[in-house]
Amino acid sequence: MPHVLLIEDDASVRDGMELVLRRHGYAVDTAASGEHALALLAGPAGHGIELAVLDLMLPGMDGFEVCRRLRASGSAIPVVMLTARGDDSDIVRGLEAGADDYVVKPVTAPVLEARIRAALRRAEPVRRRPDEDTYAGLVIDRAGLTVTKRGTPLALPPTELRVLLELSASPGQVFSREQLLRSVWEHDFLGDSRLVDAAVGRLRAKLEDVPARPVYIQTVRGFGYRFGPV
Amino acid sequence: MTLGGWRAWGGLRARLVVAFVLVALVSAVTATGLAYRESRTAVLDRKQDAVRSDFRGRVEQVAADLSMPPDEVSLTRFAVSVAEGLGDAVVVAEYRSLTASSDASADRTRISRSLRDAVRDRNRMSLQRVERHGSPYLVVGTPVTFASGPPSGLDVFAITSLRAEEDDTAAILDSVRDGLLPVVLLAAVLALLAARTVLRPVRELGRATRRHAAGDLTSRVAAPSGRDELADLARDFNRTAEALEKSVAELREQEARARRFVADVSHELRTPLAAMTMVATVLDEDAGQLPPDAARAARTVSAETARLARLVDDLMEMSRFDSGAARLNLGEVDLAETLRGTLALRGWTSRVHAQLPSGLRAVVDARRVDVAVANLVGNALRHGAPPVSLKVVAAGERVTVEVADRGPGLPPEVLPHVFDRFYKADSARARSEGSGLGTAIALENARLHGGSIDVANRAGGGAVFTLRMPWRRGCGEGDA
Repeated sequence: MPHVLLIEDDASVRDGMELVLRRHGYAVDTAASGEHALALLAGPAGHGIELAVLDLMLPGMDGFEVCRRLRASGSAIPVVMLTARGDDSDIVRGLEAGADDYVVKPVTAPVLEARIRAALRRAEPVRRRPDEDTYAGLVIDRAGLTVTKRGTPLALPPTELRVLLELSASPGQVFSREQLLRSVWEHDFLGDSRLVDAAVGRLRAKLEDVPARPVYIQTVRGFGYRFGPV
Repeated sequence: MTLGGWRAWGGLRARLVVAFVLVALVSAVTATGLAYRESRTAVLDRKQDAVRSDFRGRVEQVAADLSMPPDEVSLTRFAVSVAEGLGDAVVVAEYRSLTASSDASADRTRISRSLRDAVRDRNRMSLQRVERHGSPYLVVGTPVTFASGPPSGLDVFAITSLRAEEDDTAAILDSVRDGLLPVVLLAAVLALLAARTVLRPVRELGRATRRHAAGDLTSRVAAPSGRDELADLARDFNRTAEALEKSVAELREQEARARRFVADVSHELRTPLAAMTMVATVLDEDAGQLPPDAARAARTVSAETARLARLVDDLMEMSRFDSGAARLNLGEVDLAETLRGTLALRGWTSRVHAQLPSGLRAVVDARRVDVAVANLVGNALRHGAPPVSLKVVAAGERVTVEVADRGPGLPPEVLPHVFDRFYKADSARARSEGSGLGTAIALENARLHGGSIDVANRAGGGAVFTLRMPWRRGCGEGDA
C-alpha cells in the first residue's frame, strides 16, 4: 500500500484527492501548509511516506520553497507538483526546484494516479548490470544504486538517478528527449521535454565540475543527450 | 545632393524662394524700366529743346546777313557761322543744288530724305533722331524765311551728337542692372527666412504626426509661442494628441482589466474545479450501484465537470495568448511521431486516416503543435463526417498539416467566422462538446509559430483545415 503525502491548502481539493487515492488503495497523509509538510516528513511519521503531491500556491511558504528545502535536507522522495496556473514559467520553476513531475489543475483522478504510479515506479530500485562502472572519477554502482565522485557520495533523487543510469548504460549513445521521457518518466505525452531538461540540469549541477561545460552528460544540439565520452 | 535634399527643394521652401525671387525681379525690372524710360525721355527732350532754340536763334541771327541768292562761298560762310554758336554741331545749308557744310568732312547722309521733305513741305522746323554707325544723332532742319516773305528755298540742318546723353541714360541702366543682383539675392534670403519660420513648425508638426502614426502617442509639438495660424494648428495638434493618448490609454486599461478578469476568473475556477473533478471520478465509478435517476445525475455531473474543466483550460490558454504571455518552447521533433502521439493520446488512431511521412524533423513547440492539430482533428471528428484524414507535407519553406473530413462542409456564411471565439456554426449545436475556443486556440498556436490556418470546402465535399508553418528544419539524426 503506497504511502502518499498530499500538501494542499484548499480543503475541498485535499479531501477530494484523499478520497480518490484512498479508494484506490493508497495510504494518504495530508498537510495544509508547507511548514506542516516539512515537519511531518522530518518527524518519525515521515519515514513511511513514499511520495509527495505538492501544491505550488500555498499560504506562507510556497511549493517551490518546500521542494527546495526538501531536497536540501537530503530527502530523495519523488515530488509531483500541482500547479494551479499552468504557465510555462511556473512549470519550469517547479521542475528546477527539484520536482519529478508536474500536473496542472484541475486534473482528473486517473491522470493524477497515473502520474503518481509512474513516479513511484521510478523510485523503485533499478537493477540492470550488477557492476560498478567508473568514468573519470565518477563511480556508478548499479547494484547498490550509489554514485560517488572522487570518493564523495552524491545524493541523487530517484528521477535524476534513473536518468544517469539510463544514459550511462550505453555511453556514447544519443538519447532523444522523447526516448528519455518514455524510458524514465513512462510518459505518454510527447510535448514535455522540459521535464528532461530540468532533470538533466539538476543532475549536472551535482555531477559536473563546471555545469556550464559538462563532461559527463553532453547535449547533442537539436537532438538530445549523451553520456560521455569522458 | 541627397534624394531627401532634392525633395526638400521641390517642396514648400523651393516654391517660396522661387515666388519671392520672381516677385522681386518683376517689380525691380518694371520699376527700373519705367524710371529708365522717363529719365531718358526727359534728358532727350531737354537736349532737343536746347538745340532747337539755339539753332533757331543762330539761324535767325546769321540769316539776316546772308544775301540772296547765295553762292557757294557765302553759303559755306553762313553754315560755319551758324555752327559757331552751336558747340560741336555740324551745320549743313542747302540752297537748290548748292550744299555747304560747316565741316567739309561731315557725313551728310545723316540728314534723311524724310526730314528734308518734312522741312521743305511743311515749311517749319522739324527734327529727327538718327543712328549712324552705332552713334545717335539729333538732326534739326529748318527752312530759312525772311520776315513774312515766301520760302527762300534755303534749308539749314544741324547735326548734333547725342552720345553724351545716351551715355548718361546708359549709366542709369547699368547701375540699375548692377542693383538687380543684390535685390534678387536679398529676396532669396528673405524667402529662405520666411520659409524657415513657416516650415519649421510645419516640419515639426509632420515629425510629430509621423511619430504618432508609428505608435508613439506621447509625441507632441514644442509649445508654440506665437498667435498665428501655425501656432493654433500646433496647439490643436497637441490637444488632439493628448485626447487620443488618453482615449487609447483608457481603452488599453479597459482591455487589460478585461483580460485580467478572464484570467482571474479562470484561475479562481480552478480550485473548486480541481475538487469537483476529483470527486466526480468517485461518482462516475459508483454510478453503476446507484438508482437509475441518481446514476444519470452522477454521470451528468461528471461529464459536465469535465467539460467545465476543459473550458477553463481553454480560457486560461486564450488569456495567455491575449496577454502575450504565451511563449514558444522550441525543440526538435519528428513531426510524424508527434502527430501520431497526438492521435494516440486521444484514442483517435483508428478513426483518422493518417498520412505521416517520417523523417520530417522540425524545430517547433511540440506541445503547441499537438494542441493545434488536436483541436482541428477533434473538430473534424465532431462536426464533420468520416473518413477524417490527417496529412503532413513539407513543401519548400513551409510545413503543411492538412485536416480534412468528408462531411457536408461548412456553409459559406460560416467560413469567415470559423476562427472566432465561441462561434457556434449551428445554434442547435450550442450544447455540443468543446468550448468553442478550439479553432481560435489552434490559430493562435499557429501564429505563435509564424504560421497560419486556412479553412476551405473541398470540391468533393467536406471541409479542409490547412495549418501552415515556416519550416525550421531540424539537423536530422545524422547529426548525432
